[in-house]
Amino acid sequence: MAEKFDVIVVGAGPSGNAAAYTLAKSGLKVLQLERGEYPGSKNVQGAILYADALERIIPDFRDEAPLERHIIEQRMWVLDDASFIGAHYRSDDFNKPPYNRYTIIRAQFDKWFSEKVQQAGALVICETTVTELLMDDKKVVGVQTDRMGGSIYADVVILADGVNSLLAKKAGFHAEIDPANVALAVKEIHFMPQETIEARFNLQGEAGVVIEMAGKITRGMMGTGFLYTNKESLTVGVGCMLSDFKTQKITPYQLLEDMKAHPSIAPLLEGGEMKEYTAHLIPEGGYKAIPKLYGEGWMIAGDAAMLVNAMHREGSNLAMTSGCFAAETIIELMNEQKPCSTKNLARYQQKLNDSFVMKDLKKYQNMPGIFHANSQFFTAYPEMLNQAAHRMLKVDGIDKKSKEKAILADFRQRRSLFGLMSDAFKLWRAFE
Amino acid sequence: MTQTPERNASPKKAGRGNFELDEHLKAYQGIWVFIEHEQGEVHPVSWELLGEGRKLADKLGVSLSGVVMGAAGLPTRRFCEESFFYGADNCYLVEDPVLANYRNEPFTRGMTDLVNRYKPEILLLGATTQGRDLAGSVATTLETGLTADCTELNIDPDNRGLAATRPTFGGSLLCTIITKNYRPQMATVRPRVMSMPERDTSRSGSIVEHSLGMIETEIVTKVLSFIPDDTQDKPQLPFADIIVSGGRGMKKPENFQLIWSLAKVLGAEVGATRPVVQAGWAELDRQVGQSGKTVRPKLYIAAGISGAIQHRVGMEGADVIIAINNDPNAPIFDFAHYGIVGNAMTILPVLTEIFKQQLAVARKAG
Amino acid sequence: MHIVVCIKQVPDSAQIRVHPVTNTIMRQGVPAIVNPYDLFSLEAALRLKDVHGGRITVISMGPPQAEIALKKCIAYGADEAILVTDRAFAGADTLATSFALAQAIRQIEKDMKVDMVFAGKQTIDGDTAQVGPGIAKRLNLQLLTYVAQIDAIDLEKNTIQVRRRAENGVQVLQTRLPCLITMLEGSNDMRYATMENMFRAARYATKIWNKDAAGIEDVNKIGLKGSPTLVSKVFAPKPLARRADIIDTESNDPRDIALTLVNKLFTQHPKLHDSLRSH
Ligand SMILES: Cc1cc2nc3c(=O)[nH]c(=O)nc-3n(C[C@H](O)[C@H](O)[C@H](O)COP(=O)(O)OP(=O)(O)OC[C@H]3O[C@@H](n4cnc5c(N)ncnc54)[C@H](O)[C@@H]3O)c2cc1C
Ligand SMILES: Cc1cc2nc3c(=O)[nH]c(=O)nc-3n(C[C@H](O)[C@H](O)[C@H](O)COP(=O)(O)OP(=O)(O)OC[C@H]3O[C@@H](n4cnc5c(N)ncnc54)[C@H](O)[C@@H]3O)c2cc1C
Ligand SMILES: Nc1ncnc2c1ncn2[C@@H]1O[C@H](COP(=O)(O)O)[C@@H](O)[C@H]1O
Repeated sequence: MAEKFDVIVVGAGPSGNAAAYTLAKSGLKVLQLERGEYPGSKNVQGAILYADALERIIPDFRDEAPLERHIIEQRMWVLDDASFIGAHYRSDDFNKPPYNRYTIIRAQFDKWFSEKVQQAGALVICETTVTELLMDDKKVVGVQTDRMGGSIYADVVILADGVNSLLAKKAGFHAEIDPANVALAVKEIHFMPQETIEARFNLQGEAGVVIEMAGKITRGMMGTGFLYTNKESLTVGVGCMLSDFKTQKITPYQLLEDMKAHPSIAPLLEGGEMKEYTAHLIPEGGYKAIPKLYGEGWMIAGDAAMLVNAMHREGSNLAMTSGCFAAETIIELMNEQKPCSTKNLARYQQKLNDSFVMKDLKKYQNMPGIFHANSQFFTAYPEMLNQAAHRMLKVDGIDKKSKEKAILADFRQRRSLFGLMSDAFKLWRAFE
Repeated sequence: MTQTPERNASPKKAGRGNFELDEHLKAYQGIWVFIEHEQGEVHPVSWELLGEGRKLADKLGVSLSGVVMGAAGLPTRRFCEESFFYGADNCYLVEDPVLANYRNEPFTRGMTDLVNRYKPEILLLGATTQGRDLAGSVATTLETGLTADCTELNIDPDNRGLAATRPTFGGSLLCTIITKNYRPQMATVRPRVMSMPERDTSRSGSIVEHSLGMIETEIVTKVLSFIPDDTQDKPQLPFADIIVSGGRGMKKPENFQLIWSLAKVLGAEVGATRPVVQAGWAELDRQVGQSGKTVRPKLYIAAGISGAIQHRVGMEGADVIIAINNDPNAPIFDFAHYGIVGNAMTILPVLTEIFKQQLAVARKAG
Repeated sequence: MHIVVCIKQVPDSAQIRVHPVTNTIMRQGVPAIVNPYDLFSLEAALRLKDVHGGRITVISMGPPQAEIALKKCIAYGADEAILVTDRAFAGADTLATSFALAQAIRQIEKDMKVDMVFAGKQTIDGDTAQVGPGIAKRLNLQLLTYVAQIDAIDLEKNTIQVRRRAENGVQVLQTRLPCLITMLEGSNDMRYATMENMFRAARYATKIWNKDAAGIEDVNKIGLKGSPTLVSKVFAPKPLARRADIIDTESNDPRDIALTLVNKLFTQHPKLHDSLRSH
């Protein structure tokens, strides 16, 4: 006999877990399917966890979730070939609980989250891939898995299956993703003793640092690099738009290798033992790339719905929030004894629109295009900035005023005054 | 929960030498090596163990004995004699028709009876399908400690106990295991881990015969037949003099041909690392390392091999190791004798050519 | 037919790291798996059940989280799972482990007669291959290790015929049930669990036995107390004093490098030269 549930959640990433947890806690009969060996086994993330989104779902998560370090310092570096110019912000306010951001290791975090989901009463089955949605006319009525006897039914299905949702594509809910709308990120974890990390990054106890990097490391491609401190390891990675990799003819692996060899980065990694190398897509199309989010008997949440704020490297929080909204929508409808029809599920869209999720995404809707069409942000500017800093800092008998003049002349020579101004304008408009 | 080192919450407390041996256990003396044979041939690991056993016996000032079990009609006495050539002072011989082929039940009985009667302090066996089958059964029957797959055997000078070292956690660490207030102290060692001692035909010793006292109808398991392996094209790595091995750095299965070409010129066997075997570029029998073969060639050439500990434990006994790797920091350079930092795909063909030329010149010269 | 399969949860040793400073194992984040060798035994048991019917009970001794490994076996098609877990087992070596497991199997037998016991060839963490033979001796079962194939089983006559891997060939053995078998790696491929069994596993309540439930009275035979062996030292393989002599030439031409190497080899190792020449 095929099994029947109130809700099936596909995927056990942050969005799927947030949804399944919320649904199960309300007493609904929930099945969550995950293709990985265990929740988190396939998931890749930098990873920064933004406390806020999780706090709304599990208020006391800090007491039990496997968190690495809370962030007290953010560094932004713009890199040239041999140098970087940067801004660091460190505040003791970030070092007072409740902390705002944490580094996490997704494999552990997802596992913990999944345990919470199971404790809440959802049935979680791993190592099982959903291959298709079961349809009755235009209504989703369940899922088909890759296992013998694998048809399972439900009143509503939440697709939380991550970027490039094959299921949504197969069912025709959204089109093939444009390579200009996804970034390919690669990252590695380097292990080193806690003491080394703390000494190297000027840290104490559980505090941590993140470094975000832009500039020549991406060779003109639109993208950024990052380095995060975990308890006993560093995460280092870089991501660029998939379409750029195609035209630049460089492998992500090589890009990361070059980045790690940068004279400002190599010493930070020195002596570490590289443990895992992973690659993953990030949907960075922003607001304009968001597909239809719900339909007859189905909803999409998280990366599958392209809900990522690339500018601020936020994804997991949008994923959790959207998963939670999807769940709350269902809970409301079931309480009101209304069917999960397209019309009724529109509430999900409304919740998203009213929240930071859609507001933020809307705000930056033009960003991806701007960076994409203007590679100078990743090549010429880093070079100019670094050279400027070099000139100013080098003590060589030349007076500072002359130096400033030379720098300006150089800026203008590389990129016309008009170009500089229009770049500034574009950015300003986009941020506004 | 087996022999995982974490079980000692405090390593200090677990320190050596603080076991007072019970009086009755002090009667246990001497070192024994199980002489394993199959189809009329002794497994060379038995001789390797005698070589190692000799060193331990000399440290303790006790005698070294072989243990041969088999049926009359097999060259069992010759095996005893051979054991003297390889270092044994005497040899226990159990001869009985039921011991014609290795079977767990009669061999376990024979060995436990011998131990109970003659009381050795240390009993060594090869970590082979036969040795492990027997060792596990004998240790349980005798209720004593057994350390598997040792790579190093030593005597603790404080208490005359056996300190057996073996890889643990997939080989990433080593641990030394001792047997507390139990005798005999048992250990198995994999073939080729210990070096082969010189065979000295001038040595002799005495044979101590012991009867088994079992009849065939008592024994439940019957050997219906023995199907020998087709050894024709089976690679024989453990005893090869020269081995050329390739790793994942060879990049493609086609490139493995470069390994074969060099091997041909040198008259060498071809070896491989585990990822290469798993990718199907080479047969399982060619895998060198912890979960493959242990080798001790005169020359080992490693191309595109990083030198992971699991590979290293299988080949570091080679007399000369040459490594070709394009990463100057590859761990293999930490224990190879000669290294070439470069692309194996360009180095191997020229190396093959030069070896060919030089060997031709040398052969001509005589 | 009632088959008991002994399985152990082990850390995936491919992912184990050693702390570079303290030389301790860093287990954090290392996934735990069913000992891969045990799966060949479980699959062999499942195939017997496919043909002859009956029940398969999987049993494991280990910490509470080993339940996950047992559930996995339920998903593959085992009927019952028992976790033998007790603080008193801590520190067990193979002798103490086989004692505890043998006692537990005696306990299982009270419910339904056991015809066969399967164990893995060895574990990837302990790596001793001793527990299987140990259980067989304690339960007085016929022992068949390194079995490559089960040829035939006759439940009327209680006989079984198998092919056992020996060093240079294969022994065809016949014996009586009950027996203990350890299967050779590669002897079969684990099946893909059905959806129905996945549901069963997800909902299955593993039986948890402490030492009393497992019928163990004598605490001197289990845990550290019941273990003759003791780990006295754990250490990292020591680096050699020397590093490789890196062959380098000014020209950096592969030919020159190869020539330099071969010349060095032949002059510094004349014996090697001789054996190469005579080949
Ligand atoms: C390198 C990198 C760094 C990042 N850094 C950050 C950061 O610092 N902070 C941040 O907030 N976000 C970050 N993100 C983004 C963040 O990881 C994602 O936004 C978030 O994981 C999305 O969650 P999700 O649940 O939607 O999808 P996922 O986490 O991708 O989960 C989807 C799950 O569904 C499963 N699945 C897929 N298909 C099927 C199927 N057919 N059947 C069954 N199961 C299926 C998958 O195995 C997976 O477990 C980063 C992403 C990357 C790649
Ligand atoms: C329980 C367990 C048991 C194991 N047992 C074994 C075993 O028995 N045997 C075994 O071998 N492994 C074993 N392993 C695996 C072992 O840990 C390593 O993963 C393996 O030895 C690595 O194989 P490799 O050197 O071929 O590959 P890699 O580690 O990937 O190394 C490839 C090397 O090739 C170099 N290279 C790349 N390109 C080139 C080029 N063009 N020219 C020259 N060099 C190049 C690289 O620099 C690198 O050093 C075991 C692991 C576990 C966990
Ligand atoms: N703690 C345990 N619980 C259940 N079975 C075990 C345990 N330890 C070992 N075994 C079984 O004995 C086999 C050999 O283990 P080992 O002697 O540790 O190599 C394993 O493959 C398991 O089948």
